[in-house]
Amino acid sequence: MTWQAVIGLEVHVQLATRTKLFCGCRTTESTAPPNTSVCPVCLGYPGALPVLNREAVRLTVRTGLMLGCRIRERSWFDRKSYFYPDMPKNYQISQYEAPLCEGGGVEIESDEGRTRWIRLRRIHLEEDVAKSVHVGRRSGIDFNRAGVPLMEIVTEPDLTSPEEAFAFLVALKQILLCLKVSPCNLEEGNLRCDINCSLRPAGQSGFGTKVEIKNLNTFKGVREALRFELERQCVALEAGERLVQETRRWDAEAGATFSMRTKEQAHDYRYFPEPDLMPLRLSAEELEQWRAALPEHPAQRRERFMRVFGLPAYDARVLTADGAVADYFEEAVRDASNPKWVANWMMTEMLRRMGDAPPEAWARLPLRPAALCALAEMAGRGRINSTTAKAVLEILFENGGDPETIVRERGWEQISDAAEVETLAERVIREHERVANDYRHGKAAALQFLIGQGMRLSRGQINPALLREALIQRLGPRPGSAE
Amino acid sequence: MSACLTKLTLREAVHHLEAGECGSLELVDALLASIAERDPLIRGYLHLDPEQAREEARAADQARAAGRRGRLLGVPIAVKDVLNVRGQPCTCGSRILRGYRAPYDATVIARLRAEGAIFLGRTNMDEFAMGSTTENSAVGPTRNPWNLERVPGGSSGGSAAVVAADEALAALGSDTGGSVRQPAAFCGCTGLKPTYGLLSRYGLVAYASSLDQVGTLTKDVADAALLLTIMAGRDPRDSTSLDVPPPDYTEALIPDLRGIRLGLPKEYFEEAIEAGVKRAIESALEVFCALGAEVREVTLPHTPLAIPTYYLISCAEASTNLARYDGVRYGYRTPDAADVDTLHERTRAEGFGREVKRRIILGTYALSRGYYEAYYGRAQRVRTLIRRDFEAAFHSCDALVAPTTPTAAYRLGERLDDPLQMYLGDIFTVTANLAGIGGLTIPCGFTPEGLPVGLQILAPALGERVLIRVGHAYQSATEWHRRRPPLAAGGGRP
Repeated sequence: MTWQAVIGLEVHVQLATRTKLFCGCRTTESTAPPNTSVCPVCLGYPGALPVLNREAVRLTVRTGLMLGCRIRERSWFDRKSYFYPDMPKNYQISQYEAPLCEGGGVEIESDEGRTRWIRLRRIHLEEDVAKSVHVGRRSGIDFNRAGVPLMEIVTEPDLTSPEEAFAFLVALKQILLCLKVSPCNLEEGNLRCDINCSLRPAGQSGFGTKVEIKNLNTFKGVREALRFELERQCVALEAGERLVQETRRWDAEAGATFSMRTKEQAHDYRYFPEPDLMPLRLSAEELEQWRAALPEHPAQRRERFMRVFGLPAYDARVLTADGAVADYFEEAVRDASNPKWVANWMMTEMLRRMGDAPPEAWARLPLRPAALCALAEMAGRGRINSTTAKAVLEILFENGGDPETIVRERGWEQISDAAEVETLAERVIREHERVANDYRHGKAAALQFLIGQGMRLSRGQINPALLREALIQRLGPRPGSAE
Repeated sequence: MSACLTKLTLREAVHHLEAGECGSLELVDALLASIAERDPLIRGYLHLDPEQAREEARAADQARAAGRRGRLLGVPIAVKDVLNVRGQPCTCGSRILRGYRAPYDATVIARLRAEGAIFLGRTNMDEFAMGSTTENSAVGPTRNPWNLERVPGGSSGGSAAVVAADEALAALGSDTGGSVRQPAAFCGCTGLKPTYGLLSRYGLVAYASSLDQVGTLTKDVADAALLLTIMAGRDPRDSTSLDVPPPDYTEALIPDLRGIRLGLPKEYFEEAIEAGVKRAIESALEVFCALGAEVREVTLPHTPLAIPTYYLISCAEASTNLARYDGVRYGYRTPDAADVDTLHERTRAEGFGREVKRRIILGTYALSRGYYEAYYGRAQRVRTLIRRDFEAAFHSCDALVAPTTPTAAYRLGERLDDPLQMYLGDIFTVTANLAGIGGLTIPCGFTPEGLPVGLQILAPALGERVLIRVGHAYQSATEWHRRRPPLAAGGGRP
């Protein structure tokens, strides 16, 4: 039998707020000394009360607006109860019945290269828990992370393969970065993922037995866990076994999922509205203001790059994958006569050198976008050849500056003057009479040798295309060639 | 001299201090002497730090000499063990918070401190404010100064008893279903529970968040007005605190009731009320009429549903509010637990008392999947109906008057094994918490056994000025609030 995978994701995104969700404690990096950003509120001390951080609301709604969600003008928080040592109050303040955002979706590129729309169920806001640290037989708890705002993005079960799940996370991260709502630092645990997955016979519309896999920290981990888990389910089903609804955990080292608890052992979270907070109201003006402040959606930007700059789809996708790259390109291309020239420099030399540099790195680069544009123009118009251009880029990359000046000061400009080209062609033929004759007698490769000699004599500055033309003119078209 | 100092009201003490007729140290010493003499019988205090109190009193005297002013400069106040006072224990009368010292001041404490108040000691209470007798304290019961065999009421029983016994000039309490008003009535004090949200709950250890409110236990209404004026107002640390500019409530201390319409809730008088209580209330109504008030009957039809509604909501909220006491971060921790589940289970099993466990289990059940709608959901809808009852009643009157409790103080142990009977005693007080309105109880006489009777006044939300005016007018015309138990007068057993 062929099986179809049904996959849904719950992505927990740490929001880029300065302070925690319900108190004034700073949000810190994981390297901060333990329990240095804590107070009675986030430690769950007797008598302490939560006060909502409106910035976290703004960032969540901003995400919802970008992803096409319906925004609730009145929502509220609920208590989610369960006992866990890293949860200070033994309940989590979350949103259950009335999340801030509902609906919406993310466009992804599916396995076969077509685009698919993955629907979202909801986005809600909740507080993070603390972190347990185990040293030998002793355990400690670091509450720095307790109360940090998390936005939970829940998809519909629209994903059909581990690769699609991966593509969804990549596309989502791109949008979150573009929105600047989260640092999206995976090493810091800024994006954490729970998976729901099941198999059903291909063509059927009902759902199979659902398995939840908890707390994955990397996109690759999601893909691998899904590959393993779907295979495990497939083997079991093929063998006629009955799957149990359960929660499993992914062990990256073992490369396998392991059962944590079955449905019977599942928590009853006993949700009820948080009485310490008032219902959350958003005014129409506020929403309109936030909507107006939205950046361009990466998909729209990609489309615009194709339309306005005449870039091929591939170029547009590469250049919009990272907002910082796209911003840089867009600034560089502003005064370009040929956007494709700039795009080529971005996609080859620049991306090769920058790798996965963080967004700030682009802003800090000594090589400013205008200089890259000037360099692309000079190279494109043949004023310098490609070897020279790369040398100029090297200098710009380290020290910045103006490519015109660099080329002029070093006398690197390509020679395109007709008279100089003619003189050089003559000299090359004179000095290499035998090779010239080889060419005349049909040895095509000889022309390349003559061009090379011309480059050597001009110390690389002669325009090779013009020299080639001049040589052919003097030697006559190679017999049998189309020229 | 010192025996007289303990009899002063808060406002009288302030005047004495301002006029230089006594010093703060003298006042504190007088109270400490009274406590040393009486509290072995009453057991109203859980914790005292006499040296710290005297130190602060000395500092207050020096500050006054240096020209500093403050509405409560050098005035000692007793605090129910449920409010965080920085550096002091805050155990909520529970074993599970043994050893916990508050790392911060509750907002109401901070506001009193800013006016120079001294926090004399921690008063006994039913564990986590769950109870009506103070017998649910892990430390042991407090006794009623009017009759040591009787309960002082609860849960703020310690606060009521120490004010009644002249072991404190005034005390703070908390009122979730009557926990300020009922013990005030049982002990013959004035007890004010303000409108929900008028006083910040930040630093008040939560029992039921949507019902809890800080309240005052004082010797008269004027003192309640003074404390309320100082403590009221929006607190950015409490999202449920109301954003209204609080007036000076002492301006409402007007000794007549002309033009005031008082409503008598029909349903309250249909309940079984002890004869002595009923008689005292009836005489009080005559006083109100004599002061110029107009008295009429009103109806609160959903009153019979108030008790189950209150217990469902309060227990549901409590079941989550008390989840944080797990032995991980503070308070009691069971020794030698092998793993974290055992740590949680044993700490809670050993740390909480019977009544607290009963309410946690009730609340957990009420919120469970499949039962939520039938219990918590329905209770919330009835709560709305009760609130509407009051809104409708207040169309035709400015305030309601009723007994605070159906009976006067009962015997220690009498209702300990009959929680339902004890819950039913809250019938006249829980409605104000459910509706979120303010309530005031004032002494209005005695039963034939010599036990105080409390009269309750209820006003619309933020109608504290009406409460204070009605209560103060009554106290201007009567002497009940000036009566002291024989214990306090003579210093011995009655």
